[in-house]
Amino acid sequence: MKLRRMQRIRNFSIIAHIDHGKSTLADRMIQHVHMVTDREFRDQMLDTMDIERERGITIKSQTVSLRYPARDGKEYDLNLIDTPGHVDFSYEVSRALASCEGVLLLVDASQGVQAQTLANLYAAMEHDLVIIPVINKIDLPSADVDMVKEQIEMELGLDSDDAILCSAKEGLGIEDVFEAIVAKIPPPRGDESGELAALIFDARYDPYRGTIVSCRVFDGSVKPGDVIRFMHNQATYKVEEVGFFRLQREPRKALKTGEVGYIISGVKTVSDTRVGDTITLDGKPASAPLPGFKEAKPVVFSSIYPITSDDYLSLADALAKFKLNDASLEFQKDSSVALGQGFRCGFLGLLHLEIVQERLEREYDQSIIMTVPSVQYRFVLTDGSEVEVDNPQYYPDQQKIKTALEPFIKASIIIPERYIGAVMKLCMERRASNPRMSYPTPGRIEVTLDMPLAEVIYDFYDRLKTVTQGYGSFDYELTQYRESDLVKLDILVNGEKVDALSMVVHKERSREWGVQVCDRLKEEIPRHQFKIAIQGAIGGKIISRSTVSAFRKDVTAKCYGGDISRKRKLLEKQKKGKLRMKMVGSVEIPQSAFVAVLRTNEE
Amino acid sequence: MLAVIHPSLCGFGGKDGYESITFFPGSPLSRKFAQKKTFPLKEPAGEPAGLYVHVPFCRTRCPYCDFYSQTSLERIQDWIRSLQREAEHYSNSFQAFDTLYLGGGTPSLLSPQQLADLFTVLRTAFSFAPFAEITLEANPDDITREKLTAWRDLGVNRMSVGVQSFRQEEIEFLQRRHTAQGAIRALETIGAAGFDNLSVDLIYGLPGQTLSQWLLSLKLALQFRPEHLSCYQLTVEEGTPFGGLRERGMLNLPDEDAQGRFFLTTSRFLEKEGYLHYEISNFARSEALISRHNSKYWKHVDYLGLGPGAHSFFQGKRWWNVGSVQRYCAFLNEGKLPVEGEECLTEDQLLLETLYFGFRTKRGMDLPLLEGDPHMKSCAAELEKSGLALRRDGRLIPTRRGFLLADSLPLRMVR
Repeated sequence: MKLRRMQRIRNFSIIAHIDHGKSTLADRMIQHVHMVTDREFRDQMLDTMDIERERGITIKSQTVSLRYPARDGKEYDLNLIDTPGHVDFSYEVSRALASCEGVLLLVDASQGVQAQTLANLYAAMEHDLVIIPVINKIDLPSADVDMVKEQIEMELGLDSDDAILCSAKEGLGIEDVFEAIVAKIPPPRGDESGELAALIFDARYDPYRGTIVSCRVFDGSVKPGDVIRFMHNQATYKVEEVGFFRLQREPRKALKTGEVGYIISGVKTVSDTRVGDTITLDGKPASAPLPGFKEAKPVVFSSIYPITSDDYLSLADALAKFKLNDASLEFQKDSSVALGQGFRCGFLGLLHLEIVQERLEREYDQSIIMTVPSVQYRFVLTDGSEVEVDNPQYYPDQQKIKTALEPFIKASIIIPERYIGAVMKLCMERRASNPRMSYPTPGRIEVTLDMPLAEVIYDFYDRLKTVTQGYGSFDYELTQYRESDLVKLDILVNGEKVDALSMVVHKERSREWGVQVCDRLKEEIPRHQFKIAIQGAIGGKIISRSTVSAFRKDVTAKCYGGDISRKRKLLEKQKKGKLRMKMVGSVEIPQSAFVAVLRTNEE
Repeated sequence: MLAVIHPSLCGFGGKDGYESITFFPGSPLSRKFAQKKTFPLKEPAGEPAGLYVHVPFCRTRCPYCDFYSQTSLERIQDWIRSLQREAEHYSNSFQAFDTLYLGGGTPSLLSPQQLADLFTVLRTAFSFAPFAEITLEANPDDITREKLTAWRDLGVNRMSVGVQSFRQEEIEFLQRRHTAQGAIRALETIGAAGFDNLSVDLIYGLPGQTLSQWLLSLKLALQFRPEHLSCYQLTVEEGTPFGGLRERGMLNLPDEDAQGRFFLTTSRFLEKEGYLHYEISNFARSEALISRHNSKYWKHVDYLGLGPGAHSFFQGKRWWNVGSVQRYCAFLNEGKLPVEGEECLTEDQLLLETLYFGFRTKRGMDLPLLEGDPHMKSCAAELEKSGLALRRDGRLIPTRRGFLLADSLPLRMVR
């Protein structure tokens, strides 16, 4: 009996490049098993799709259990575990994939295999998952199924005969997708009578229920009333409710081995849980947690300041609310001479930073300035003490530094062979070393390099995509701290140091940075009534300079009865524009300038 | 009896006729100013209001002009009749005006009889101070000895002549009706007719114009020893024929630096010749010869504007008439005011305008007022340091270089 239950479970994920139709396929599958009526489908599903489409990427994953009556006459529970889609969230992706036995690899019939498809494929292969290629959008006039099949063989190294053809939009081939899941993805395995071991792959905050933990049960079972323990942080909670994710949560008597569902147990905030942690029973714990746990630690740091200092409390409130649903965001109070009171924040990566920035502005209605992102440096001082610095403001006195260390990563880049020259050039410019190459599939190279993290947090991924025309995929893991020759680059605007623009850079690249930042600021700072000198300085020494020329003349000739209101309205409009500016001394610096200094001028 | 009801006007309106209208005094707006004295708007002495009359007719349209006028002259009589109704509406609301400005359009194209009718209308509805400044804008080719005599007899005591340039090729580019010779003849005639307050309008910064070409026109104008000069840099407005040319990239105007040189040279040259550069584009031979009427615009002194497209300002409120002779007449025929829009200025708006006017005029801004605000105080000090303004007699006065930046300096002062 027990065996038969597990035989009818399939846990899978859909991986795809952005816009290849992942959400549409998921929605169509939900509709196919009649979980919603057609009318509800339109009312409910399309809304979530809009949000996803607008963001372009899945930020918070959605999980759903589908009950599918297969052609063999049996009913199956198919658990679709959704994954976020960016390198910053690769750890979350890996935990979601660890909860599956197979994946659908979705490829757009007209666009073919894209870079991200590859990165996702390798992630799935790492977990030994069964991979089912699905060619979507076959209804498009531009669809080229044979070309895509060829790519699946050549570039992905998969058997294209197994590929399923479908059009999620038109509802074609959906049944074939279901049958393939049932036939090809193995059922879960596990010890039903063993100690509870459930993997947390997601958590979200609900204002009424607290934190709702998404998990996959590997061994044992859990039911309401059980006292559970999070093995990593040793916290214990009493289970209030367990259940499946249908469109709404569906409470169950228990979550059993092989199943995917949720646990509600009075966990207050999302930050009290860790994705990748193992849940076990407090009274009868598993001997060891499930493998692969990593604390998702922030690697990129930046300060957030309100544009007007009056908004500091409102920003504090917004960050606290934000944190309820985003365990990976860290923040603490910070202050700057130029920008006043604010918060120093830690992010998983630059995309995470951008998402937080955008959501704070759009959903929480905050007008903010973010400073130049930084990594966390370590310094051994002459007195033998050690300090960690993630904010250039607290860079130690250069005289007192005995050893400076910066974080390094192992970067993995997968590219079609023809781009190897361009990619190596880019990496070497970014202080990469020790390149290793392998050939996972014909025509493709995987390059592994050691790189300073600081060199990839700004725009490395964008540059990589540019030089590989979108075909480069990039992933990284932090490896170690290494000794490095670091200096602090200060920026002076009309002789005044703008602390929020200071950055820590490698000595060899300091002049390059100095020139770039001065040139950037020259473009970003509007002309004033006086000349503005922008200087880059290391220690007391000026290493770069640019000048914003002054207005010569802006006066209009006439101002009589009919001109006054019109002119005043124009002034009022310009005055509003000034709200997006920050006064530094007598210079107005636009909000955008603080992050724009990092954009390189390369083509 | 004229029922004067305009739905959009908060301060206007009456139920049965204009005699019953309580016009502004006692309105919420005037009470507000009586109580709140944080921002002294008006000249302390309560300078008398000015009257502007817009004559919306031209024989030809100039391609740079964005003032309202039409070239069909058939409606002049209608316009005078309608203006009479408009004037009657406001007749009880103003004390004696001490300026009257007939602008346009082209007031000089009116026949002596039409102008006499207009003056009758105005003198019937309003009273004027004994030494009121009465200005009439004239086109050089309208000026004849007969007309001048008629104008003087009506009380006109200040002539503003739209010469624009003394160089034939520039006059043609500007598509003016007159010739260089005609302009010279007109100014001579005015001198002979005994007008002792002459203002000459000139335009500079034309495409391809050199500084010495401009100075040539300026020097020629000085031959006539005008009491007042208005020197406008050519401004291309959207919706004008020049605006269209510019959009198509066919108008090659001097760049910012060249414009600055024209402006500074003009200012230095005329001040050396004894003129007072008292507003961005205006120069007077002495304090007494400053345009009293135009100065009211820049001091938030009340003024009433009659005619299509005219603007009025009264006790912190501004309104403007429809810019069409036809609609202007139609409104007044129906017993309605021809008002197209209005605004009651907030204190912030008044401040912004005061700063704007302040940076455009040698009158400048009241320093104690500015220094009541720490931000404005430090800005004022900074402007002084950078040579854009100086302090004199308790006021912050823009320098010549400050004048050049008059459009952006107000924004520095406000937060």
